[in-house]
Amino acid sequence: MERVLLKNIENPNSAEIDEYLKAGGYRNVSKAFDMRPEDIIEEVKKSGLRGRGGAGFPTGMKWGFAIADPKFPKYLICNADEGEPGTFKDRPILERNPHLLIEGMIISAYALKAEYGYIYLRAEYPKAKEILDRAIRQAYERNYLGENILGRDVRFHLTVHQGAGAYICGEETALIDSLEGKRGQPRNKPPFPVNVGAWRMPTIVNNVETLANIPYIVEIGGEAYSKIGNPECPGPKLYCVSGHVNRPGVYELPMGTTLREIIYTHAGGIRNDKELKAVIPGGVSTPVLPASMIDCRMDFVSMPKAGSMLGSAAVIVMDETVCMVKVMHRIMKFFEHESCGKCTPCREGTGWLRRILESIEKGNGRPGDIELLRDISEDMMGKTFCPLGDGAAGALRGMLKHFEYEFEEHIAGRSRCKGG
Amino acid sequence: MARGMFSETAIKELEEIRRRYPDSRAALLPALHIAQREFGWLSDDVMRSVARLLNLTEAEVKGTASFYSMFRFRPMGRHIIQLCTNVSCMLLGAERLVDLLKDRYGLEPGGTTEDGRFSLVIMECIGACGTAPAMLVNSDFYDNLTEERIVEILERYK
Repeated sequence: MERVLLKNIENPNSAEIDEYLKAGGYRNVSKAFDMRPEDIIEEVKKSGLRGRGGAGFPTGMKWGFAIADPKFPKYLICNADEGEPGTFKDRPILERNPHLLIEGMIISAYALKAEYGYIYLRAEYPKAKEILDRAIRQAYERNYLGENILGRDVRFHLTVHQGAGAYICGEETALIDSLEGKRGQPRNKPPFPVNVGAWRMPTIVNNVETLANIPYIVEIGGEAYSKIGNPECPGPKLYCVSGHVNRPGVYELPMGTTLREIIYTHAGGIRNDKELKAVIPGGVSTPVLPASMIDCRMDFVSMPKAGSMLGSAAVIVMDETVCMVKVMHRIMKFFEHESCGKCTPCREGTGWLRRILESIEKGNGRPGDIELLRDISEDMMGKTFCPLGDGAAGALRGMLKHFEYEFEEHIAGRSRCKGG
Repeated sequence: MARGMFSETAIKELEEIRRRYPDSRAALLPALHIAQREFGWLSDDVMRSVARLLNLTEAEVKGTASFYSMFRFRPMGRHIIQLCTNVSCMLLGAERLVDLLKDRYGLEPGGTTEDGRFSLVIMECIGACGTAPAMLVNSDFYDNLTEERIVEILERYK
């Protein structure tokens, strides 16, 4: 497959506008400006593109809702708060291909009639901030941003807005509150941001990778794009592989590539001739899968059938030496730290779960702890403002579904790890 | 704008940033980043000054700032080590690095060395999972860390 999102990133100057232009960059802005905004939205609908942030909502549909709202101004926000542990797929776009993202945002803004855009960037990526600021400056100098873009009656102003270390700000309504200068806590929905978003105006929040797909959709058309990968949720996809593999990294492959192919063909298999034990397929919010299930396809449609989710396609690979109780304890510590505190099931539940997991890992587990873990996660699932609580409960339930015996061994004092 | 304790450069930078948003509250996070860069941490005085600059109440500023884990509310060491210990880094030995910092520098998570040289902050994933374990020292990024390599890197920060 021809690379679309990671095109030319081996070029050490790939973030420079001249190199981007040389490789045909920004061509699709002119092409898009010759189309009517509604025709672009139609192409995006036809393409079947689904949001790459994790939820997989159809992008064209989201855009359709926003454009149907009569209020102006409309805001376009790029979600670059990549914080799901295990995820580093947007980083190569931000650091090595920033003009692709900017081009995608210009086209999207034109289609959505948005004149102001923000890239909400996590503060943990200081290098990406410098690179994006520089790329935006270059785009202004060449009149791809600003007023009367390319001599047309189009304006678009773009700003990088840094977060300050809060995982929850990857959730779009929390992100909007954070952009407005508030604590980043999720809002109740509805109303959805497409109607009442930033500064109470219609706001479209799309992930970095989603927006980076837009120029290519304009270039080849929605129809041709829809034939890449799994036709039910097509397109090129960035898979980021970490953990016990020989060649960790970000791989651009057709949507629906199997976990086996990702791990063994692209990431070079398991390190040090060890056996594969388990895979967290889409970041720590997604339920773990045992080695026996790696023939499933990594896409939005197939993963739920296997009892997990594509999430942010953050494939964390674990070999036979890994203690699953320890992994689960670390994951729950993360969720407890990142729970924003707004709603009780998540704020209290993550803390309770972490304390029970900690005591099991330290060898102080009691009979009945596993039932208690299940009971608490049941009380969190579907009862929180945002998906953080579901993620925490779902990750635990996945772990118990496939590796309950390890928890039992720890509680019975028969575990090899003895206190992790 | 009330000048407070900020440098002229910082004031100008903030005025420019403020123009990019429909209201001044949206410039709060950028203002806090600038303040932390200028003063190292956010004291009550600094936050009061930010409130005056943006025409916000002190409660609004402090209430917002305290939500975010990368803002500091007490003096920090000269160099801040932000070490990731989340799953991908943990699988590849981040805990050994935490132990090493304790043994070699007397540095506890959340603590500062007695000589004020280093502070250690444990991070929740810095997006370097493919080259784990990883850390930021101030704004400098380092990955593929080993016990030898982390010592070698930290020796460059005096």
